[in-house]
Amino acid sequence: MSEFLQHLINMLVLGGTYALLGIGLTLIFGIMNVVNFTHGVLYTFGAYIMFIVVQQLGLNFFLALPVAVLAGWLLGAAIELTLLRPLRGSDIDTTMLVMIGAWIAMQSGALWIWGGVAKSVATPFPEAPLVLGPVSVSWLRLFVLAAAAMLILVTYLLINRTSLGRAMRATFQDHDTASLMGVNVDMIYTSTFAIGSSLAAAAGALLGPVYVIFPQMGDLAAVKAFAIVILGGLGNITGAVIGGFILALAEELGAGYVSSGYRDAMGFLIIIAVLIFRPTGLFARAERVG
Amino acid sequence: MRAIITILAVAALASVPLWLRDPYLLNALITTGIFVIGAMSLNLLLGFTGQLSLGHIAFFGIGAYVSALTSLGFDIGLPGGFRLVHAPWPPIIGLMLAILVAGLCGYFVGLLSFRVRGAYFVIVTISFAEVVRLVALNWVELTQGPLALTNIPSIALPLPGFGELTLRTKMQNYYLVLAVALIAYLLIARLVHSHFGRAMRGLMENETLAVSVGIDVTRTLTIAAVISAAIAGAAGSLYAHYIRIIDPEVFAFINTVTMVIMVISGGKGSLAGPVVGGLIFGLLPVALRPVMAPEAQWIAYGGVLIAILFVLPRGIVPSLAQRFSRRRSKATALASVTLAETAAKEPA
Repeated sequence: MSEFLQHLINMLVLGGTYALLGIGLTLIFGIMNVVNFTHGVLYTFGAYIMFIVVQQLGLNFFLALPVAVLAGWLLGAAIELTLLRPLRGSDIDTTMLVMIGAWIAMQSGALWIWGGVAKSVATPFPEAPLVLGPVSVSWLRLFVLAAAAMLILVTYLLINRTSLGRAMRATFQDHDTASLMGVNVDMIYTSTFAIGSSLAAAAGALLGPVYVIFPQMGDLAAVKAFAIVILGGLGNITGAVIGGFILALAEELGAGYVSSGYRDAMGFLIIIAVLIFRPTGLFARAERVG
Repeated sequence: MRAIITILAVAALASVPLWLRDPYLLNALITTGIFVIGAMSLNLLLGFTGQLSLGHIAFFGIGAYVSALTSLGFDIGLPGGFRLVHAPWPPIIGLMLAILVAGLCGYFVGLLSFRVRGAYFVIVTISFAEVVRLVALNWVELTQGPLALTNIPSIALPLPGFGELTLRTKMQNYYLVLAVALIAYLLIARLVHSHFGRAMRGLMENETLAVSVGIDVTRTLTIAAVISAAIAGAAGSLYAHYIRIIDPEVFAFINTVTMVIMVISGGKGSLAGPVVGGLIFGLLPVALRPVMAPEAQWIAYGGVLIAILFVLPRGIVPSLAQRFSRRRSKATALASVTLAETAAKEPA
C-alpha cells in the first residue's frame, strides 16, 4: 500500500509537467491546426535556459523559471512569425514537415552549442526528502509540482478570464467568424504559438534539474505530449491536464508493477487502447468546426 | 516519354558501380537505396491513401529483426518452462519471412487504426513504433537488447546449377538493392494504375463519394497498409544483411522522419517522387560532410527541407513536371510559376 502511495506522489509530480506540455501542444493544434514538432525542442530549450541562468550566470534558481518562460515565449513567437505565418493556408502536412525541419535544425543547433554531454543543475533545495508517513518526496519535486500547478492555473485564467483568451476561444471555434468580429487572427495565432512554446519551455526548465539536460531530451517529451493530447482530445485543455496525469499514473504503475524497462511503453499502450475504444479522446467535447 | 525517362534513369543507376570506385560513396548509395525502398512503401500509404504513418520504421525494423533472427537462430524461454529453439536458416528465407511478418503487422495496425484517421492514425503508428522499439530493447534474450545482433550473415542468392552466390562486396549489394527497389517500384506502379489504385485515390479525394460507388474503405486501406508494410519489411531485411548489425536504434523516430522527408520533398502521390527526394536527402549528408561540422550538416538538412517546402510545396517531381508541361505549351516561364502556384492551392 505504501508503495502504491509513493507511486501516486510521483505521478502527481510527473503529471504536472506532462500537463504543461500537453496544454501547450493542444492549444497550438486546436487553434492553429499545426502539428507542432518543435514542441520537444522548446522543452529542451527551457531546460538549457535553466542551466545557463543557474550554472553559467550564477543567478538565482527561482529567477531562472520566469526567464525560461519568457525565452520560450520569444522563441515561439519567432518560429511562428518566420515559418508559420508565410504558410498560412497551406495544408497540415506542409506545416508539419516545416516544423520537423525546424526541429532537426534547432536540435542540432543545441548539440552544436552545448555539446552532447549531459548537464545537471544545482538546486537550492535540501538533499533530505520530506517524509510523510510511509512516503517521501524531495523538496525539488514538490517545488516542480507547485510551479506546474501555478502555471496551469495561470493558463486556465488567461484563456477563460481575459479578452485575449476570449479571442483565442473564438478563433478555435471558427476563425473566419472570429476574424469578421474584429479579432486579429494573425496576432492570435502568434500569441497561441508563443504561449504554447513558453509552457513547453517551462516544463523543460522544471524537469531539467530533476533529471539531466541533453540535446535530445525533448524527443521523448514531444511524443508523450502527443500522447497526452490524444488522450484528452485534440484542442481540449482540461482533457490535456487530465491526460497528463493519466499518462504519468500509467507510467508509474507500469514501471512499478510490470518492468521499469517498459515504463515508456505504458503510455503508448494506453494511447492505442484509447484510440481503439474511444477514438475522440476520453473527454470529447464538440469537435472543431470549419 | 515517361517510359524512356524511367529506362534511362535505371540505366544510369545501374552504371554507377562501373565508374564509381569510392567505397564510401558506394556505401552511402546502398543505404540511401534501402531507405528509398522504405520511402516508396511509405508513399503508397501517404501519397495514394492520404494516411500519414509516422511509425513506418516499425515495419522496416521488424523486417530487419525477423530476417536477422531467422538467419542467426535463437533459443528463448517461453512461459510454462518450454524453450523455443531455432537453428539458423539461409538469409534468403529470412528475407521472405521479413516480408511476411512485416505484412502481417501492417494488417493488424491497419485493422486497428483505420477505425481512426488523420492525426489519430499518426499517433497510433508512432505509438506502435515506440512499443516495438521498447520490446526490442527489453527482450534481451531474443534481441540482445542494446548489445545488438551482430555477425548477421550476408544474403546468399541460390543459383540453380552454380550453387550459391554470397553477396559480400559493395557492388553486389548495390545491384541487389537496385533490383529490389526496381521490383518495389514496378509493383507500386502496377498497383496504383489498377482498379485498386483508383479505389485508393478515390477514397483519398472524396471518401463519401467513394463509399457511395461501392468502395470498401477498410478493406482498401488495410490492403494498402499490408503491401506498404511488406515492402518496408523487405527494405529492413536488406538493411540487416548489408549492415550486418542491428540494434533497437533502428526504430528511432528520426528514421521515420527521414522517410517522410524523402516522400514529401520528392512529391507524395508521385511514383518517382520518393526516389528523387530519397536520393537528394540520402546523399545530402554525404555532400555536406567535407564542408561542415556534423551538427552543422543537420542544421543545413533541416534548412533545406524547410526551403523545399516553401519553394515547391507539392514536392519536387510534381512541381517540376507541371512547370515543364506548361512551358511546352508555350506559356511564359513567369506565368507557369504563377499557374503552378495557383493550381497547387486549388483543391483537386
